[in-house]
Amino acid sequence: MDLLPPLFPDLLLDLLSMALLIGGVFLSISGAVGVIRFPDFYTRLHAAGVTDTLSAGMILAGLMLQAGFTLVTVKLLFILIFLWYTSPVASHALARAAMHTRVEPAEAEVIDADQGDESSAN
Amino acid sequence: MFAAAAICILVVMALALARAFLGPTVCDRILAVNMFGTKTVLLIAVYGFLTGRPDFLDIAITYALINFIGVIAVLKFVEGIADSEQQPRPDEF
Repeated sequence: MDLLPPLFPDLLLDLLSMALLIGGVFLSISGAVGVIRFPDFYTRLHAAGVTDTLSAGMILAGLMLQAGFTLVTVKLLFILIFLWYTSPVASHALARAAMHTRVEPAEAEVIDADQGDESSAN
Repeated sequence: MFAAAAICILVVMALALARAFLGPTVCDRILAVNMFGTKTVLLIAVYGFLTGRPDFLDIAITYALINFIGVIAVLKFVEGIADSEQQPRPDEF
């Protein structure tokens, strides 16, 4: 029975940090694909925002689990706090600058009331 | 595990660079550069863990701050250009 307790916390930490890393990387890649594929600037801004905040948070949380209660975790917390505060401000400033330089949002396809019924009818 | 995460972050940085080259407007390019900088912060942190050197995180902290300051400076510059286009300064200025 003594094999389990020492093995247990390390295995759990590794598995948990691996899951967090995989989640963070998946969000990051999906955000990057969104930045490439989205039609206009403002939707891309949203996709970039996803990668900046949550995926960075998950990756850094995964690293924190690996580091345990040391100074490294405090530094990772600082990075996380700085990223979570600065990236929304940067996104806001970007959107303001885009509005200022009159970047036009893409025109959504206008579906008329009657045409909508036809397409949903068939 | 960290190597896989580092490689995936490199893929994301490549996609961000692709958007930087494709981006029609200036703001798309700034957006791509901002995203590239944030991913560099993560790459430095993960690489620090990969090679077992915790002092990389100091670099990541400073890079995160400087990246933000750089993006804000460029945005103020871009808005300054937009202002001067809308209200051209008097000639004798």
